[in-house]
Amino acid sequence: MTSKAKPSSTIAISLREVRKTFGEVVAVDSVDLDVFNGEFLTLLGPSGSGKTTVLRMVAGFEALTSGSILLDGEDVTGVPAFERDVNTVFQDYALFPHMTVLENIEYGLKVKGVARDERRNRATKILEVVQLIGFADRKPNQLSGGQRQRVALARALVNQPKVLLLDEPLGALDLKLREEMQVELKSIQQRVGITFVYVTHDQSEALSMSDRVVVFNAGKIEQIGTPQEIYEHPATSFVASFVGITNLFSGDRAQQIIGRSGTFTLRPEHVQISFDSSQTGLSATISSIQYLGAESRVHCTTKDNLKVIATVANEHLSRVVLGQLATLVWKPDAVFEVS
Amino acid sequence: MSLSTSSQIAKHKTQSINRFFASHPRLGLGTLLSGPILWLLVVYVGSLALLVVSAFFGLDEFTGKATTNLTIGNIEEVISESAYRLLVLRSIGIAGAATVICFMLALPVGFYISKLAKPWAKRGLVVAILLPLWAGYLVKAFALRAVFEPGSEFGDGGFLKNTIGWSPGFGYLSVIITLAYLWFPYMFLPIYSGFERLPESLIDASSDLGAGSIRTFFSVMMPMLVPSIAAGSIFTFSLSLGDYITVKIVGGKSQMIGNIIERTLLAPNQPLAAAFTLWPITIMVAYLFVMARLGAFKNL
Ligand SMILES: Nc1ncnc2c1ncn2[C@@H]1O[C@H](COP(=O)(O)OP(=O)(O)OP(=O)(O)O)[C@@H](O)[C@H]1O
Ligand SMILES: [Mg+2]
Repeated sequence: MTSKAKPSSTIAISLREVRKTFGEVVAVDSVDLDVFNGEFLTLLGPSGSGKTTVLRMVAGFEALTSGSILLDGEDVTGVPAFERDVNTVFQDYALFPHMTVLENIEYGLKVKGVARDERRNRATKILEVVQLIGFADRKPNQLSGGQRQRVALARALVNQPKVLLLDEPLGALDLKLREEMQVELKSIQQRVGITFVYVTHDQSEALSMSDRVVVFNAGKIEQIGTPQEIYEHPATSFVASFVGITNLFSGDRAQQIIGRSGTFTLRPEHVQISFDSSQTGLSATISSIQYLGAESRVHCTTKDNLKVIATVANEHLSRVVLGQLATLVWKPDAVFEVS
Repeated sequence: MSLSTSSQIAKHKTQSINRFFASHPRLGLGTLLSGPILWLLVVYVGSLALLVVSAFFGLDEFTGKATTNLTIGNIEEVISESAYRLLVLRSIGIAGAATVICFMLALPVGFYISKLAKPWAKRGLVVAILLPLWAGYLVKAFALRAVFEPGSEFGDGGFLKNTIGWSPGFGYLSVIITLAYLWFPYMFLPIYSGFERLPESLIDASSDLGAGSIRTFFSVMMPMLVPSIAAGSIFTFSLSLGDYITVKIVGGKSQMIGNIIERTLLAPNQPLAAAFTLWPITIMVAYLFVMARLGAFKNL
């Protein structure tokens, strides 16, 4: 686990030995995590790995089985949600259907007793940030998915919380809108400077938006690091195969191909396909070709049935023919040992 | 051989019927629904129309039978007579009071069962509340009569008199309590399912934005329950407004619209009785209109 603390940064959230069980199910197991002020931290993991549960415990919706949570250095383990200085953007947005957009956004301020004029002021400003001026008097059911998402964001941001928790906020949007919102979310985060803890199971979303990524598997943290660290130096075979696609060699295969025992990862973009028979490398036949638009993924099979994936730029695709015998070549430093 | 051909012909016939209805979907639906629609038209709308029309009939003083000499005298009488108007107002008051009691009880009970009770206790509690629906109306009314019996020099008091030494006796208070008891499940059920339909995340969101549970209850839950409350109140209000048996059993000398209608009908003055029924019909139409505005029919 590589966790590089920026020396100057202060800690916004600390999770200490946090554990949560639902009956027999262990949802979160001994999680230790520090979130720095102002950073964009993403919790990434497959379905059921405990991301939402962690978020709900930080928000205060779920009690811990054991361990503790500190917000700004203060233990909030037993503090109810409405007394915590964090706000949440829910996956289903959870907008109040009987209130207008403006009333939704002002709700948190109203509850805290902020005066009417200031409320209106802050709400208008935040409507501008999320580009929803002119939608103030609509009801949530008169908005599109993307607009609802932005209202949910505005409703949380207007309270100027120390930390904003977002649980797959873009999950319900189509691909195009999702990519637009990713850029928008990131730029809003940089503008307002609030700490974002972002949950997703989409690895490309995690890599493109985050300052740091926490990879979860089965309730445990597999690795913490910058997107680059996570992708280029995966600590475990789980991280290597979950973040991006990769070729994993272990056991006899590793001995045979890498020449050492252990588990090794090799990204497909580092595998080159050569048809020069004098090249030394792994010989394999082209078994299938997946066209991906910008590039193609070529699946190769060796004669003892080992499968290796290589990425090929489309301009070279014409040379790759199904069933052809090829030599697979890679640089030694493209191979990483993982645990 | 011949057998197979005849079955083939039969098969062919049903096939062509199927095809006919498949290509004329409206006709198919019409055939399917014609029975229920006829039933509704004749039995429901028809009888109601007849009732309204007969309110304009005259009365043969000697035979006590309705005549077709049209008159608006009956209508005039039930509107202008102040004693009748008082009776109508009192009936509205009783039905309203029973409705309010049902609401005040159903809200916390529905909240508790839906949001706080353990999953295993939930079903049991809901069944326990709905169970009285399966007991007869008269059984329950007489059971409460035994509870409210004030007692006299000729007989012992009922349950309340014997246990706490006090009883509301037979009168409007007992009528209201009994009606509220009888119709409570009809208020409980929509409110409970309203709570069930309320997304958990809205409650989380409210608390996330700093609202305590009381604030969340009144700012988020209650407004979203208005349609459910309106739907429930339609049942409790209309069932109470039209009641006349409960009044007879626990009401002592009390009277509601239903009692006047019954008395006039048995007088016999069928046209005047019909004219009286226009009161509850009008009140309910107005009530339904207001409740529809509150969204009572949104979740049907
Ligand atoms: N209220 C609950 N009762 C019982 N088990 C629960 C409850 N909430 C979550 N779990 C279990 O805890 C585990 C982690 O769930 P969690 O919702 O945190 O996963 P997740 O990583 O958010 O998954 P997803 O990406 O599908 O949202 C799962 O096995 C889930 O079944
Ligand atoms: Mg989740």
